[in-house]
Amino acid sequence: MKKQDFFNLEAVEAMDRVDGRLKVTGAARYSAEFPIPKLTYGVLATSTIASGKIQSLDTKKAERAPGVLAVISHFNAPKIPGYSEGSNPAKGATTKGQPLRIFSDDIIMFYGQPIALVVADTLERAQFAAGQISAQYQKADFQTDFDGNVSHADYPAQAKNRNSTGDYVRGEVDAYKKAPVKIEAEYVIPTEVHNPMELQSIIAVWDAADKVTVYDKTQSLKGAQGTIAQAFKIPAENVQVVATYVGGAFGNALRTWPHEIAAVMAAQKVGRPVKLVVNREQMFTMVGYRPYTWQKVSLGATADGKLVGISHEVIGQTSAYEEFTEGTVNVSKFLYACPNVNTSYKILPLNVSTPTWMRGPGEASGAFALDCAMDELAYQLNLDPIELRLRNHADIDPERNLPWSSKYLKECYQEAAQRIGWFKRNPKPRSMQSEDGMLVGYGMGTGSFSAGRSAATASIQMSADGTYTIQCATTDIGPGTATAMVQIASDVLQVPADKIKFQLGNSSFPKAPSQGGSSTVSTVGSAVTAVCVSLKQKLAALAAGQGESAAVKPADLVFENGKISSKDQSINISYTDVLKKHSLPSLDATEESRAGAERQKYSFYSFSVHFVEVHVHPATGQVRVKRVVSCADAGKIINQKTAGSQVIGGAIGGIGMALMEEAIMDNRFGRYVNNNFADYHVPVHADIPHIDAVFIDKKDPYINPMGSKGVGEISLIGMAAAVANAVFHATGKRVRDLPITPDKLI
Amino acid sequence: MNQFQYVRAVSSKTAVATLAKDPSAKFIAGGTNLIDLMKNGVTAPQKLIDINNLPLAEIKKQANSLYIGALATNSGVADNKLVLQNQPLLAMALNAGASAQLRNVATVGGNMMQRTRCYYFYNTDLPCNKRQPGSGCGALEGINRMHAIFGFSQQCIAVHPSDMCVALAALDATVLVSRPKGDRKILFTDFHRLPGDHPEKDNTLAKDELITGVEIPDNSFGKNIHYLKVRDRASYAFALVSVAAALNIKNGTIKEARLAMGGVAHKPWRLTEAEKALVGKPASEETFKHAAEIAMQGAKGFKYNSFKLKMAPNTIIQALKTASATA
Repeated sequence: MKKQDFFNLEAVEAMDRVDGRLKVTGAARYSAEFPIPKLTYGVLATSTIASGKIQSLDTKKAERAPGVLAVISHFNAPKIPGYSEGSNPAKGATTKGQPLRIFSDDIIMFYGQPIALVVADTLERAQFAAGQISAQYQKADFQTDFDGNVSHADYPAQAKNRNSTGDYVRGEVDAYKKAPVKIEAEYVIPTEVHNPMELQSIIAVWDAADKVTVYDKTQSLKGAQGTIAQAFKIPAENVQVVATYVGGAFGNALRTWPHEIAAVMAAQKVGRPVKLVVNREQMFTMVGYRPYTWQKVSLGATADGKLVGISHEVIGQTSAYEEFTEGTVNVSKFLYACPNVNTSYKILPLNVSTPTWMRGPGEASGAFALDCAMDELAYQLNLDPIELRLRNHADIDPERNLPWSSKYLKECYQEAAQRIGWFKRNPKPRSMQSEDGMLVGYGMGTGSFSAGRSAATASIQMSADGTYTIQCATTDIGPGTATAMVQIASDVLQVPADKIKFQLGNSSFPKAPSQGGSSTVSTVGSAVTAVCVSLKQKLAALAAGQGESAAVKPADLVFENGKISSKDQSINISYTDVLKKHSLPSLDATEESRAGAERQKYSFYSFSVHFVEVHVHPATGQVRVKRVVSCADAGKIINQKTAGSQVIGGAIGGIGMALMEEAIMDNRFGRYVNNNFADYHVPVHADIPHIDAVFIDKKDPYINPMGSKGVGEISLIGMAAAVANAVFHATGKRVRDLPITPDKLI
Repeated sequence: MNQFQYVRAVSSKTAVATLAKDPSAKFIAGGTNLIDLMKNGVTAPQKLIDINNLPLAEIKKQANSLYIGALATNSGVADNKLVLQNQPLLAMALNAGASAQLRNVATVGGNMMQRTRCYYFYNTDLPCNKRQPGSGCGALEGINRMHAIFGFSQQCIAVHPSDMCVALAALDATVLVSRPKGDRKILFTDFHRLPGDHPEKDNTLAKDELITGVEIPDNSFGKNIHYLKVRDRASYAFALVSVAAALNIKNGTIKEARLAMGGVAHKPWRLTEAEKALVGKPASEETFKHAAEIAMQGAKGFKYNSFKLKMAPNTIIQALKTASATA
């Protein structure tokens, strides 16, 4: 087949979402919305202590309440077969490294831990009955206070098991100390909760004694399938997971959580389908969160602004029963050229539920500290923050000592700086005022995240009527996955987008990895490309084989506008006519695609920069973000519109992180006090100005056939630093503990 | 949520009679706060008396005042021409409250009756003297960033969450009340109470009484008014501190002044001493600073809310500056 240059995509770059209309009309069906006959409703009762044992549980009133089918607790829960495998069930706060085994014993390890599940014939009746359950506890000492327990932080067992600390050293340890110019600063990010609009939802339907279908809010169909199959000791193919639409997740649906296992178990026990949707309060304790994180960044530089040393220490919170680690220190290893870098990552177990990845994840926390520290260093050196970054631009990946696959970070700085008018500002802190008397500040931050590609398989079926259906067990948590895949297929196949359907959200489709880590377009897009190429080869073989001149080889054929032709025009036939001539009702292909040796030769990252202008009220300390320019180097952008929306969403997440988000713990009780949408603040429309989302839009030559890298994480990573740096420029005040609320600025 | 009876009242008279008979009954209008409280188990009325059909949504100009029916919605009042002409401070305060969706159903009477947003009041397994007298005040030594700096007691340091009420307190409004024995009036500043030893009582309304409306006397503040709310985000956030300011300025001299604060006490905090300090003085920053100093006398902060000791006077000064500049 003649090599064609795919993915110019000019014609379809701003294609509307294929599911846009379904979403805005309410026709898109989310996990909790599937109409299932004989459905019952589960509601969880949760612990009101942070540590101890359940002494007794009074469930009589709940059991007698109208409509109740079952009240399940550790006293009567059927054994989850998979729980008896491997290590022993978690026994209190000392056992590490195991997910919570719901309803398997009387141990309470965090506030809000499920203690019972009520199943009733209506949601209201289940809620009422759950409220009738009362527990007696034997309370134990607990620790939820991060600051008060920092001395108990330790290296993760994962690292210690390898007889290592996991510390990273390049060059000399703490070389910053010897540098002529240095800064040392501590930063704190409080617990943040993903809080997507859609609550965590599951409907479990047992189709046979060993066969179950779950309509599950998940970012990982195969992950959910495997976890449920393992728990109930049934073959994976007997578990069907459906997640046709996902209403936001930001990482919290990457895992299958313990209460979801309970819903599947409950459906088995009551012999009817069970729907379990956690409430907003439970979203704070049952489905992960961004861990409370303390960081210290120390930078040393020469007088002319060349970095001499970076030291980055991190302590992140985890639960008492399971270790969670993330890449908080990662950015310090590669973002800037620096001969000496050392990082240290410790975790602090507390009586809280287990954290999980939240958009950007650790890299977003780390970049906040690193890029605020860079700003502090720039001011100390009396250098423009962009100039400092340019002087320390990493021309190759300094961590892996490999060339970048592609990197247009300098272009990002230039484009975004120009758009926001960076060089017109007076860089002196507290020097600028708006006409209405507000303190004006400009700030910037850099983001970067690994541009991944893993293995995925896609199938395609071409019908005789010229329509194409592609299937892959990926999800769409909001970025517009199906839209991008249709565009890719349209480009490779050379047929109009409206002839192509991309089906996702079902575990019975060919396998794909979790939708996380900004790699879906890269991974699934490659599989879609491969399967479309495969289909074209089949069409070519059929067309060439029956052509007048047998001399034409399939490789000499050209594919254009749904037609196959040879140079000499001895072959000129539409795809559909190929099928017709061979009396084929359809033509299928299935292909797997994975990364290759290029991963060893190059370092793959996406890059972003964020520039913001803030106005701060000098008397009240209120911060308003007035302008945002985010510029991303994410390779070839498949769809400017949906990718732009992702960048806007990430910027909003970053503004929330910088100015508002904080789950507040009352350490006397070990519980969050603001576990609702009125008190846990995320930005509202009035907080968000126009966000200018810009792409460099240049192909990465090595990553995948499309040349596309991800934008999900980089649109948030670096944003909080940009806001914090802008607040410093406006006020002269450096706030190092997020969120930057008005009380910290007066 | 508990199970409850639901009845619809056909007149104010039958409404209060039904309420008088049943100690656990509650009126429901917009329900924007009551339903939340019921869902959280903070309150569990056995009966809800729906008053939405009562003819109490009127807004009209009277001889020397503006009448607003208790069932007028927050957005209905904020957008009303008579309100904008006669009491723009009220409209401004209303628009600073809640969200557009909430304002569309929340009523004037319900806004007055809304309960504190103190975390400990809402979380039924934490101590709160207001929810459960004798259980202790969770906020006193807890997370008290949003809490009172004036008029609190050891029993309760919660604040009243309303913006509308701060304006009504400043504007010398009167509350109109219906009860089995006949109607009565309560000065707005006497309507809400301080916690003292009975934080479970938010206001002076008797158990068998129904708010039917408010009256706001005419004034000559004109455009010299301002409602300034400081909050953690631009909308749908309760006040850290808010200030309602109204000035009558003649030839640069303040003839009359009204000043009240929100987010600082168990009730809208009228600042009568500071008002006195403004009258007869030039409308200058110096005057405003002096008034703010007087306003802050007796204020006391707790672990997490001491910032209000600075934010409150700053906000008073800013509100007065803005009010005086908009002539």
